[in-house]
Amino acid sequence: MKRIALFVPLVVFAILSLFLLKGLDRDPTELPSALVGEPFPTFTLPSLSDNQQLLTERDIDSKVVLVNVWATWCFACRIEHPMLNQLAAEGVNIIGLNYKDKNDQALQWLEQKGNPYLFNIVDAQGSLGFDLGVTGAPETYLVDASGTIRYRRVGVVDQRVWDDDIKDLYQQLIGEAD
Amino acid sequence: MPAYFLKLALTASLFLIPLFYFSEPSKVWASTDMVEFSDPQLRDRYYQLVQELRCPKCQNQNLADSNAPISRDMKAQIYSMLEEKNTDDQIKQHLVSRYSEFVLYRPEVNTHTWFLWFAPLCLVIVGVFIVWRYAFGGRAQPDRKSNAAVLTKKQQQQLSQLLGEEDKL
Repeated sequence: MKRIALFVPLVVFAILSLFLLKGLDRDPTELPSALVGEPFPTFTLPSLSDNQQLLTERDIDSKVVLVNVWATWCFACRIEHPMLNQLAAEGVNIIGLNYKDKNDQALQWLEQKGNPYLFNIVDAQGSLGFDLGVTGAPETYLVDASGTIRYRRVGVVDQRVWDDDIKDLYQQLIGEAD
Repeated sequence: MPAYFLKLALTASLFLIPLFYFSEPSKVWASTDMVEFSDPQLRDRYYQLVQELRCPKCQNQNLADSNAPISRDMKAQIYSMLEEKNTDDQIKQHLVSRYSEFVLYRPEVNTHTWFLWFAPLCLVIVGVFIVWRYAFGGRAQPDRKSNAAVLTKKQQQQLSQLLGEEDKL
């Protein structure tokens, strides 16, 4: 009995090591998303191309779309932009959420770098961003044809993220919608 | 008598540790923002909330400490919800539904968090039990002096004989 007791510290150490080893792979900045599986929040906000035109959640829920949160002050959006252009060229529906930005700068950005968006929602105060749980830009949400958020990406969507995390789900949702 | 003091310390800690465990978090906080409320009671609740809610963008900062844009938005939201006569729970729920339970520094007790809540208490109890046994558990066993009396005369002779043989070697 005494002998077995001698091994207790070793076992405790082994279990602790396993937990710590697992912790090494975890990204502490990754947050659980509160809105995956929830309907896209309601909003009434102007369009970037035409300030008189008001957009609502009804403009989003007719087809499977990526909603991309971006801004001209966001450095990582610069890196992400060519990937969005490429996806748009492949026929992926992308809607922009211009987050806490200035309209003239945003329009200039689209003119210079190309416009991958079907349309852009102007969220100057960050109110829709707040309801979406946006913590910064860029962020990307995959919304299905019924207007339910199915996936959230905090940070840049690059080729790897698209291939590994989004592509299959996107095509599956397109299939469900047809 | 050291054992007496050890026992005293252990008994005292049994009562003191739960006190720390359930006590309020420190009221010390640092923030530069000034907010004016219509009612001073709202201000106290505001400070309590920004103290207990966590910035979703930062690593381990509460809203009071954080100057991140998202924290400022959340503080503004808390401010307006307080002025609109929402309860603390409604405000927390409003933020949790958008930013997940991550923002609660004092998470609710539920199936996800019971381990977080009760594991420290369990570990303290186990620890106290182990120390207690090490410190006072020895009494149940006969001590070394009395071992001599357990041997019969014949065994005693055998023992000294064996020891004697060993000396010769």
